[in-house]
Amino acid sequence: MTAKVTVQDVERVAELAHLELTPDETGRMLKDLNAILDYVAELNQVDCAGVEPLAQVGELSNVTGEPRPDHPEPSLDRAAVMAEAPESNGAFFKVPKVIER
Amino acid sequence: MASETKHAGNFVEKPRTIAALREEIAAGRAKAADLAAGYYQRIEQINPQLNVYLSLSKERALEQAQRVDAMAAKGDPLPALAGIPVGIKDVLVMKGAPATAGSKILQGYHPPYDATAVARLEAAGAVLLGKINCDEFAMGSSNENSAYGPVRNPVDPERVPGGSSGGSAAAVAANMAVATLGSDTGGSIRQPASFCGVVGVLPTYGRVSRYGLIAFGSSLDRVGPFAANVRDAATLLHVIAGHDAKDATSSPAPVEDYAAESDKPAAGLRLGVPAEYFAEGLDPEVRAAIEKGIDALKAAGCEVKPISLPHTKYAVPTYYLIATAEASANLARFDGVRYGYRSPQSATLSEMYRHSRDEGFGAEVKRRILLGTYALSAGYYDAYYRKAQQVRRLLAEEFLRAFAEVDAILTPTSPVPAFKLGEKADDPLAMYLADIYTVTASLAGICGVTVPCGATASGLPVGMQVLARPLGESTAFRVARAVESAGIR
Repeated sequence: MTAKVTVQDVERVAELAHLELTPDETGRMLKDLNAILDYVAELNQVDCAGVEPLAQVGELSNVTGEPRPDHPEPSLDRAAVMAEAPESNGAFFKVPKVIER
Repeated sequence: MASETKHAGNFVEKPRTIAALREEIAAGRAKAADLAAGYYQRIEQINPQLNVYLSLSKERALEQAQRVDAMAAKGDPLPALAGIPVGIKDVLVMKGAPATAGSKILQGYHPPYDATAVARLEAAGAVLLGKINCDEFAMGSSNENSAYGPVRNPVDPERVPGGSSGGSAAAVAANMAVATLGSDTGGSIRQPASFCGVVGVLPTYGRVSRYGLIAFGSSLDRVGPFAANVRDAATLLHVIAGHDAKDATSSPAPVEDYAAESDKPAAGLRLGVPAEYFAEGLDPEVRAAIEKGIDALKAAGCEVKPISLPHTKYAVPTYYLIATAEASANLARFDGVRYGYRSPQSATLSEMYRHSRDEGFGAEVKRRILLGTYALSAGYYDAYYRKAQQVRRLLAEEFLRAFAEVDAILTPTSPVPAFKLGEKADDPLAMYLADIYTVTASLAGICGVTVPCGATASGLPVGMQVLARPLGESTAFRVARAVESAGIR
């Protein structure tokens, strides 16, 4: 847990997150991520052998597993939802070309 | 419209209590419409200096006020918040009102529905004044990360109001609303409440529906109220709490009458003081104020004893790994396709995603998305994310063990009082460390209340955090009420 982040790591993670960073931003993020990761390395000191990870604190485990009536209900008004899109034809969201060549 | 405690360069003004305002409206001595108009006047007067409100929902507010006035005129029984002017942190959606989450990426978005907490306030008669500034996507501890400029602290406008719900705290402190809603993922209600000298509530995870809350860290996010006094905060929580089928993590447990519960004396309650929250890094003036509060609770008949929460020092790293991992997943939805900002110049879909996100997100949000993506990426998941989840369990279990011996835990809400704008803005790690006393309860899922508990020599408010076991809000309110009644200066 003490790995140093490299410029290549920052670029790879930015690509995974669909973020485009300027060279300035990449430098800044490199510095910040290394500082933060150095700090979180403190967790190495904690013995977690046999400890189950805690994903959520509620005692509720499977709310949809309970038998419940399955009946349709109206959802949001389509026209109101589509009106918020940057570009749409009223039925579909429009986006730039999907397949790159 | 309120009792004045104002001096030069200071915007502090205490709102009247909900009970007093509601009573005047019910008796016909005041009109909800006039009250709302008065609040809009004050907002117009001081918002340019404090930057609290991002948008006003005047039409909706005045319609609601007229409904309340009509009910009062007919002599109908009035609901709990009839005519009470309330502000909403701009991470909760209100139908038709701009929802920005303090980000450019949501510019122009008008959500087509109400958050559950917002709808419940309105159903209880509240008048919704508008949407309130905050750190972008609730990520920050100073409100300096808002794309719409920082909020200033009404106590001292050179200082931050705290964050991320800095605007919600400032609005109550400056009487720009009687009460407000905020959200708290790692301290975002409690820390600004303490910085601005108001009451803030972290409800138990699942106690208040997250439906309509723009998500940051879904296993941590809570919606909760701010008010000028404990009883009003308890009244708001009573209105917004309770099961909601639209939030899968919503608790089915019955809701207590928190305001009535807060009237019960705190005498006899067992209170724990964890040594780890009074260690290095705690400002001596904050410590002195909290110690006065603890003495007041002893005098009120509480049994106070030292306790230990040894994993406390691991809470900030654990929190920042879990919160950023969840944020990186939650914020994937902002891609320029369905709502908000789309970068105009993109030849392909993938370019459009990248450009929209690059231009739409601020630096702190990008930093957290990158950290979270890194912690979840192949080869690092076990070392970072899984490890953090394991430590989270240790932290949660440690609290539950403590609550077997005490009814509530007392700590400072923040190690320092409100700091100056710009003071920590360039050092993300220093900013994260400001959350050291609040992230623990976030990770453990327990509840808490922060209540004003004296001030520093220069007049900066200090808050005491009262933590209680899951669904123990009533106990936290009782203790907070006793601190408030002691009138610590």
